[in-house]
Amino acid sequence: MAGRCLFPKTLSTHDMEGKVVIIGGGAAGMEAAGQLARAGCNVTLLEKQSLTGGHVRNWYHLFPDKRDSMEVIEYLEKHIAHKNISVLTGTSVEDIRRKHGSIVVKASDGREFDADAVVLSTGFDLFKSERKEEYGYGIYDNVITSADLELMFRKGEIKRHDGAVPQKIGIVHCVGSRDEKAGNLYCSKLCCVAAVKQAMEIKGYIESARVFCFYMDMRMGGAHYEELYRESQEKFGINYIRGKVSEVSENINSKLVVKVEDTLAGRPLKMELDMLVLMAGMEMSEGGRIIAENADLKTGENRFFAPADHHFGSNKGNMKGVFYAGTCTAPMNITETISHARAAVADVIYYLKEGKS
Amino acid sequence: MEKFGFSILKERHIDYDANDKSIAEYISEREPSFRICIECGCCTATCTTGNFTSFSLRELQILIKRGENDKVRDNIKKCMLCGKCTLVCPRGVNTRNVVTLAREAFENEIENAV
Amino acid sequence: MQFDPFIIPFEIGLYSIVIYAVVRSVMWFRDLSKQDKLRLQRGFFGRSFGRSIREIFMESLIHRKILKANPRLGYMHMSLAFGWFLLILFGTLEADIFGSSHLNPPYKAIFFKFFNPDHGRTGFEAVWSFIMDFLLAFILSGLILAIIKRVSSRVVGMRKTTKLKPLDKVALISLWTIFPSRLLAESFTSGAYGTGSFLTGSLGSWLASFLPANEMAYPFWWLYSLSLGTFFVLLPLTRYMHIPTELFLIFARNSGITTGDKAGAFTEMQIYSCSSCGICIDACQLNFSTGITNIQSAYLLKGIRNGDNINDISFNCLMCGRCDQKCPVGIELTPIRMIRRRAGETHPVEKKLLERYFPDKPAVQLPKANGKPSYNFLPAIEPGQADVVYFAGCMTHLTPSIRNAMISILDASGVKYKFIDENGGVCCGRPLMLAGQDKEARELINFNSQLILRSGASTLVTSCPICYKVFRESYYLNVEVLHHSQFIRNLIDDGSLKLNFLRKKVAYHTPCDLGRGSGVYDEPKDVLRYVSRLQATDADDENSLCCGGSLGNMKISYHQKHKIATDAAAILTKDNPDILATACPLCKKTFASATKTKVADIAEIVAEAIVQPNPVRNVADTQSTPLHSQMPLSTV
Repeated sequence: MAGRCLFPKTLSTHDMEGKVVIIGGGAAGMEAAGQLARAGCNVTLLEKQSLTGGHVRNWYHLFPDKRDSMEVIEYLEKHIAHKNISVLTGTSVEDIRRKHGSIVVKASDGREFDADAVVLSTGFDLFKSERKEEYGYGIYDNVITSADLELMFRKGEIKRHDGAVPQKIGIVHCVGSRDEKAGNLYCSKLCCVAAVKQAMEIKGYIESARVFCFYMDMRMGGAHYEELYRESQEKFGINYIRGKVSEVSENINSKLVVKVEDTLAGRPLKMELDMLVLMAGMEMSEGGRIIAENADLKTGENRFFAPADHHFGSNKGNMKGVFYAGTCTAPMNITETISHARAAVADVIYYLKEGKS
Repeated sequence: MEKFGFSILKERHIDYDANDKSIAEYISEREPSFRICIECGCCTATCTTGNFTSFSLRELQILIKRGENDKVRDNIKKCMLCGKCTLVCPRGVNTRNVVTLAREAFENEIENAV
Repeated sequence: MQFDPFIIPFEIGLYSIVIYAVVRSVMWFRDLSKQDKLRLQRGFFGRSFGRSIREIFMESLIHRKILKANPRLGYMHMSLAFGWFLLILFGTLEADIFGSSHLNPPYKAIFFKFFNPDHGRTGFEAVWSFIMDFLLAFILSGLILAIIKRVSSRVVGMRKTTKLKPLDKVALISLWTIFPSRLLAESFTSGAYGTGSFLTGSLGSWLASFLPANEMAYPFWWLYSLSLGTFFVLLPLTRYMHIPTELFLIFARNSGITTGDKAGAFTEMQIYSCSSCGICIDACQLNFSTGITNIQSAYLLKGIRNGDNINDISFNCLMCGRCDQKCPVGIELTPIRMIRRRAGETHPVEKKLLERYFPDKPAVQLPKANGKPSYNFLPAIEPGQADVVYFAGCMTHLTPSIRNAMISILDASGVKYKFIDENGGVCCGRPLMLAGQDKEARELINFNSQLILRSGASTLVTSCPICYKVFRESYYLNVEVLHHSQFIRNLIDDGSLKLNFLRKKVAYHTPCDLGRGSGVYDEPKDVLRYVSRLQATDADDENSLCCGGSLGNMKISYHQKHKIATDAAAILTKDNPDILATACPLCKKTFASATKTKVADIAEIVAEAIVQPNPVRNVADTQSTPLHSQMPLSTV
């Protein structure tokens, strides 16, 4: 059935040819590639890194059901193992241009790819926590990020820099999110639930550990998030302190000292910790930014790609034939990313069939 | 009506409707960033004055917003204006100007009363 | 006796301005403090007299500083001031040499042509006429520039020019009328008598060819006299007061009188010496980064002169001192603003003089006093004993890398020191001073002073230029106060700190309170040159920019601060340095979010360069951080 667009049936029962270039081989790009290929399109998937999978590879267990992220990677990899898909890793894109009804995708090594439609799934970068200097990332050895902690989980051991097992661990929410000084006014949406998940997971490794989450608001809006939050208190004894950490210092015993106001108790609180985890927020990826700049694609105040319409066009860009999938438009979890990618596929197919002229 | 004696004690509640919100209005008119505080407490945590005495800018400004001015009047004078809170505030509240305006507003209150 | 009624307006104007100048000078002199009176007397009859005369010639007439800063604007000022001066000088000589008698009253020189219409026919007289015509042409060329500047300030190379009040406009029009009316009056007279040189002669004979020159001349002589008279009468009430005041100011300044921290006659002289040239507006980052164009020093001084409520103006300023540096009259603008801020606390002192002599002037709207803070909660703290005490400063606690770098530098150099605000200290007091609350700042100053005195230290090192400035200027301590850049330089000089050379290109940002505020320019650069490749920037030394984070400004929003920071960082990193170095925790924090270039304090760069077995990890080099950031993958 090569070359025939089978999906979705309501859109097309006729043969349909279409060359689609997908930029970014994370969850969104891989899902979109698989769906488009099965619909009969010719897909080229460009990935900057040497492996597809994106950020999902960096996580260990996923919220809310603690599934191993490798299961998601396996699903996505199977999904793109399709004869209509050619995956080009190690290829980063610099620019896209419309040319005589089609689109030219320019890679930074000079190669050019012609496409009838382009899906941008350039994803996000984690906020660089060094930018919040007062939290001491890169200055104090035992201040780590949520991504560093996931690596520790996968390695199977959580250790301080000096090799000791941390007994008192703090988790700082909203690092680089909801913070004008960090240049990001928006909420990254996932850090709260990720912090809850990580706090529980720490307890799985170090049963005696005491874990403290420092939060401004607990944003538990997703499916099963609130239940997870409750479970973390009930079964794991995680402590929640409402207040944004203002400063971190290191004392003579190389313990970290955090300064925070316990806003609910109404008093400043000082606490010694063995380890501090920073929940780094999500930012528009550098790769996405470069494309947006060169190709004049609209971005929002949050610097992510600005879709054509919040309600009806969340996958459409301001350039004809360019579609967005996943976290290049806003912070999303994996479930939402995959759904968003599928929605992009529907838009692409409709465009190839009806809207191209 | 019969009184049962378990209504809220007058001192316990914030009588929002009766309270004087003019100080809050004075500040937010002149320093609109006063409105965008989310009570994260960062300012209080980093506060130089807070090292020595009970001074919480977060608390004082929410009290001003609720019109509980009597609890603020003297406390607001303890600020040293060092500006650390301005640097850490995630919302970009111009805290130094908020403090200065609050002091100004209380001072005007006294002058007008005389 | 040569006389004509048309000279009356001129005479009234001239004598009123002379009387006013004398009275005002006496007032100012009387208002000076005893020491300043002595200084002025000594200065006037001493060596500085020559200096003052030279400065008056160079600055008030030639306008050398404006010429240097902006040649077109300078030419405009020079042609009007110096040209007019020469015209008067040569006119007086002309009247003296060629007139009917010697030592003539001024009007004879000013209206020489009217009374001697036949003058200028023969050799020497013709040469003289040529000189007079040439000077008039010189002035007129400047006048044309001035008119164009009013219409479009960009023509003279200015982005902004000051706005005028109504009386200023009348004075301006009368000033503009003076020279064209003189030109026409002299031309008509010359036309009627067939005299005059290349300008008045040619114009005169051309006008006479189709107009009754003799009859036409008289009204223009009236106009000339009227415009002169109007200008002189209005002068004390308008910004043109700066012309006579500047002379007095120059004498006072050269006698060693400074603004200090209290208002008085010298401050008032400075306020009236401002010509509203607008150079301060061009220099101001609030203007060119955030588009705020109504708070600059020219407006501050104008507001003070007019008795306006300028509370918002005086507090909306970064206090960076860029305008002080650029002011062609050399007015100490930032100290005057500081006085003004304090005035909100006490009394608008700079109005005292005027109030005393013109009691019926509309009362100044007093800025509202701030609620008085009180710091009686401060505890007694017993510091340890040490030769060197290190005071990191509040802001440094938000930049732990600077604090850590200083500790490793102090440790590596074997200095015996005490870190007096290790667990947080009391503010140095300068932020309160910047908010105009000096008395309250004193409480904090006293607290810190006692702490430092009790430590028995002989050297006080601080990482924060804000603290440094106030320690030096407002603390009465018998210790050597050093900014850490100076301290590090000393350590390098005496060999106690061994450093490697880092192969990094560094651009240095001079913090306002360290550079213009305290005159420390070289030490930080010496240190940087010692450990790295220091690049020159477009904003070095006195020209340095404010990072935007200044505690001096109480009014602007975070967005505006960020805009200033972004613009400044772009200028500083134009040549793509590896590191944007600064010497202030506040500058560092402000710049860190405004540029992609790595921002580091001098102390961090030095700490990274320390020769030791276990090199210090430093933010200046992300590769050396552990584990962090090695995200194996990320999407495109």
